Amino acid sequence: MIALAIIIGVAAGVLSGLFGIGGGILLVPALALVLGLDHVEAEATSLLAIIPVAAVGAWRQKSYGNLDVRSGLTIGAFAAVAAVAGVALVNVLPVELVRYAFAVLMLYVAWRMASSAIKQLRAGADPALPDGQ
Amino acid sequence: MPSTRISQLVVLGLATGIFSGLFGVGGGIVLVPLLVLWIGFDERRAAATSLLAIVIAASAGAATQLIYGNVDLVAALTVGIPAVGGVLIGTWLQQRIPVAMVQLLFSVMLVGVAVLVAFQ
Repeated sequence: MIALAIIIGVAAGVLSGLFGIGGGILLVPALALVLGLDHVEAEATSLLAIIPVAAVGAWRQKSYGNLDVRSGLTIGAFAAVAAVAGVALVNVLPVELVRYAFAVLMLYVAWRMASSAIKQLRAGADPALPDGQ
Repeated sequence: MPSTRISQLVVLGLATGIFSGLFGVGGGIVLVPLLVLWIGFDERRAAATSLLAIVIAASAGAATQLIYGNVDLVAALTVGIPAVGGVLIGTWLQQRIPVAMVQLLFSVMLVGVAVLVAFQ
């Protein structure tokens, strides 16, 4: 079971680096289903585990020349405050309904992201590729 | 780098925080598409900015959870250390894949997350 948790940990890290996400999408299930933590513990433990992962990813991106430090810090500070409001809203809003609306919104965003990506791929240009690659 | 106005950064932060608090999804899943589609960042800069924002937001969240005693340190290390290795691979890989391809893969992942959110 430890081996499986380690493998999922590596996979979560790869997704984190590739997509700029925390990796909680894999870490929470790994902690809950593989290591047997309850749901609250899994979410909380995932948050702690994500910190060094995102920090190392941000540091690598900084050395690749992709990081705008001011933007990252500002967004992060406001996100930290707003997350408290988000958690509070769970108790007020019809969460079932909002969840489906969110899923539909994500599908729409996926479609927008995909169509813009396909347009770029068809154009064949990749202006953001660093020099010499 | 195109300069982002402070008002845009505030809106990005608030939207990211509210959605992640509301649905228990990580901030990156909300923030990266906003940076790409609204601000016009390419996938690499969006991912880089998102990772730094996650460090700040996750630190605040984890500090609260530590106080409540919900964190399992051994479990955090068990998945966290391999994940740090993984993020080195992921960021390395990302520099070698065309940004548009990373964006396409991201949209595939979003579909997966949408399904998870709908059926959780």
